Amino acid sequence: MTDTLMTLDGLTKAYPGVVANSDVSFEIGKGEVHALLGENGAGKSTLVKTIYGLVKPDSGTMTLEDTPFAPAEPRAARAAGIAMVFQHFSLFEALDVAENVALGMENPPPLRDLAQRIKEVSETYGLPLDPSRIVGDLSAGERQRVEIIRCLLQDPKVLIMDEPTSVLTPQEVEILFETLRKLKAEGTAILYISHKLEEIRSLCDNATILRLGQVVATCDPRQTSAREMAELMVGGTLHVPEREAKVDGDVLMQINGLNAKSPAEFGTSLKDITLEIRAGDVIGIGGVAGNGQDELLGALSGEITTAAGQIFFGGRDIGHLPPDARRTLGICAAPEERMGHAAAPDMSLTENAALTARKRKGLTKNGFLNWGKARGFAEEVIERFDVRTPGPGNAARSLSGGNLQKFVIGREILQDPQVLVVNQPTWGVDASAAAAIRQALLDLAAKGAAVIVISQDLDELMEISDSFAALNEGRLSKPRPARGLTVEEIGLMLGGAHDMEVAHVD
Amino acid sequence: MFGSIDPLLLLASLMVAATPILLAAIGELVVERAGVLNLGVEGMMISGSVLGFVAAIATGNAWIGFLVAALGGAGMALVFGILTQFFLSNQVATGLALTLFGLGLASLLGQGYLGVKAPSFPDWHIPILGDIPVIGPIIFQHDPMVYVGLGIVGGVWWFLNKTRAGLVLRAVGENHEAAHALGYHVVRTRLLAIMFGGACAGLGGAYLSIVRVPTYADGLTAGAGWIALAIVVFASWKPGRLLLGAYLFGGVTVLQLNLQAAGVAIPVEYLSMSPYIATILVLVIMSAGGAPGSLGKTFHASR
Repeated sequence: MTDTLMTLDGLTKAYPGVVANSDVSFEIGKGEVHALLGENGAGKSTLVKTIYGLVKPDSGTMTLEDTPFAPAEPRAARAAGIAMVFQHFSLFEALDVAENVALGMENPPPLRDLAQRIKEVSETYGLPLDPSRIVGDLSAGERQRVEIIRCLLQDPKVLIMDEPTSVLTPQEVEILFETLRKLKAEGTAILYISHKLEEIRSLCDNATILRLGQVVATCDPRQTSAREMAELMVGGTLHVPEREAKVDGDVLMQINGLNAKSPAEFGTSLKDITLEIRAGDVIGIGGVAGNGQDELLGALSGEITTAAGQIFFGGRDIGHLPPDARRTLGICAAPEERMGHAAAPDMSLTENAALTARKRKGLTKNGFLNWGKARGFAEEVIERFDVRTPGPGNAARSLSGGNLQKFVIGREILQDPQVLVVNQPTWGVDASAAAAIRQALLDLAAKGAAVIVISQDLDELMEISDSFAALNEGRLSKPRPARGLTVEEIGLMLGGAHDMEVAHVD
Repeated sequence: MFGSIDPLLLLASLMVAATPILLAAIGELVVERAGVLNLGVEGMMISGSVLGFVAAIATGNAWIGFLVAALGGAGMALVFGILTQFFLSNQVATGLALTLFGLGLASLLGQGYLGVKAPSFPDWHIPILGDIPVIGPIIFQHDPMVYVGLGIVGGVWWFLNKTRAGLVLRAVGENHEAAHALGYHVVRTRLLAIMFGGACAGLGGAYLSIVRVPTYADGLTAGAGWIALAIVVFASWKPGRLLLGAYLFGGVTVLQLNLQAAGVAIPVEYLSMSPYIATILVLVIMSAGGAPGSLGKTFHASR
């Protein structure tokens, strides 16, 4: 249907102990949106890094416009017309927009001219952006615009997008897709990586599915159901979480007009949050990253203490209590960042288990730790939550992200909390492990605990929550029953598209 | 009681007193903007002071002394750079070790030179500007190194804010993973910055032994390297504020020396403390803005 722009032929890359890519071949045509699908660790990022010149393949070749293409470094790839929007780690918070854009270009014009061009391009594509703003002050959606504009200024032939929508509101996703369709019409090929299969079905022309480094299938996403694609990725049938009938419980925790200042430099402070948490309830809290999620978890778990009269648990004012005391009462939490926040990376799983379960599981006596009991508890978590590790003596760092996440969530759930607060419980976790974690959260709620799930994955929230509320710039919307909410309604609750429509009108 | 202090002379000697710290601090500023914390400034300074002094005595030319001091400082910094950037050693511990090593090395090399006088390094009477009354003697009648120091500060400001290489250096210091992902050479950038910092510290040390004192003695730097480190932090990693901090330190230093000479009834120990306290106090009050995001963190391309 289209001319071939780029071919990959037999790309293989092995790291010590693991083959990241094994004989990967496919073609991308001009003006084609090509989806790359796979679980975490399937080799998607190694593959795009190879195309972008960050990784050299052990064997295999690439061609771009019928000439051999083997970039030694990203500069060479950029010079050849490859541009990439990264999932993480590619913006400099303390620098301004124009400087960030300049860093991603080969031969940037002087900053003043560049600022002018940024304005032009951003208006052409409906992505308004002020070049002189410091990136640290921008929202996640705006940061992504910086990345996209950085790519667009180089007139790329191939645009690689790694999980671009994970931090966007539905409206912002729609605008992004408009931009991508415009690019596609101009003949730019797009290699699109995402976990969100419905998006891929609406945007992409072709899909290549990777599993354990190999191409296991190719399909036309418009003709294939999301479930079929998910099963191709996993290589088996997918278990969908289900829950028993919900019971209406008593109020466990009451939040009244909570205000809390963010301890982080570029953080968002919480403003006037009111929420009633009932036993057996799963409350889903959505919102674009950086709108107060970390702060809300901190204020509930006790990492951020608050003024009196704002947080009550069983009628008792607990705003001044630190995390340890709240755990003792029955409020457990699992923060988003696994390494260094939820778990101490260089300590063993036994030690990590003891760190939070000390009080509730009675692991200490007279100030001495009962190692036998701690190890037993760690082993119980490992077994019940199917954590893949040789044993509890291994360091938390040695576990893959998904496995560590199962351990961290399992550790809190097995302490039988009355209220469990989790932030991004399945972030970076593959589909089957994510399903297991969601099921465990539902089971906990069915036993009469309250679960607060903070997440940016709206599908996840819709799947498991009873009520849904949105965080926007530190404010929490009024919770609404999750059943029957439409995508548009959720988008509006999330604060719409952050001034994007303005430029869209003209 | 202040009758014996000549304000003109006081202001004139301020620039001279500030120069060693200014030099060491501007070098460390570049190193830290690249995301590396080198606590070995004191060690590199004192090594520079002895190496520069020995070379100046041997050749009879102070300029050669400065050159050797800069090379020596850069060489010591390179050792630090190799250890921290290639062998991924801890930057704090390695920097402290560098300071201890430098103090010992200087003591050893300086053995035969104690009490020797440095070759003369005449002041520069800048034509026309130097003849302006009052301002001339204060600003335009110093030795050339004072102006070299100011030139380096201006050059660093221009480099960091106006050039692409400076932008890359700041990017590396701000987020080394992102810089690597965009294809910039994190380790190479940092090694060059570390060596520049070492050369500047060496120059600062040599200025002490060749011009300011002008002789070599054990423990000559007396913590100047540490105050340079502190000035970088409190100047919020900005060259302009750093100049202010260094001159403030120099000013209080000469003031308290003059007060000592004038026989003011304050114990000498308190006077000696005053420059350190005054500088840190003022810069703490002024300080705003964050450290480079990757400061002191070890970078490895695999992660």
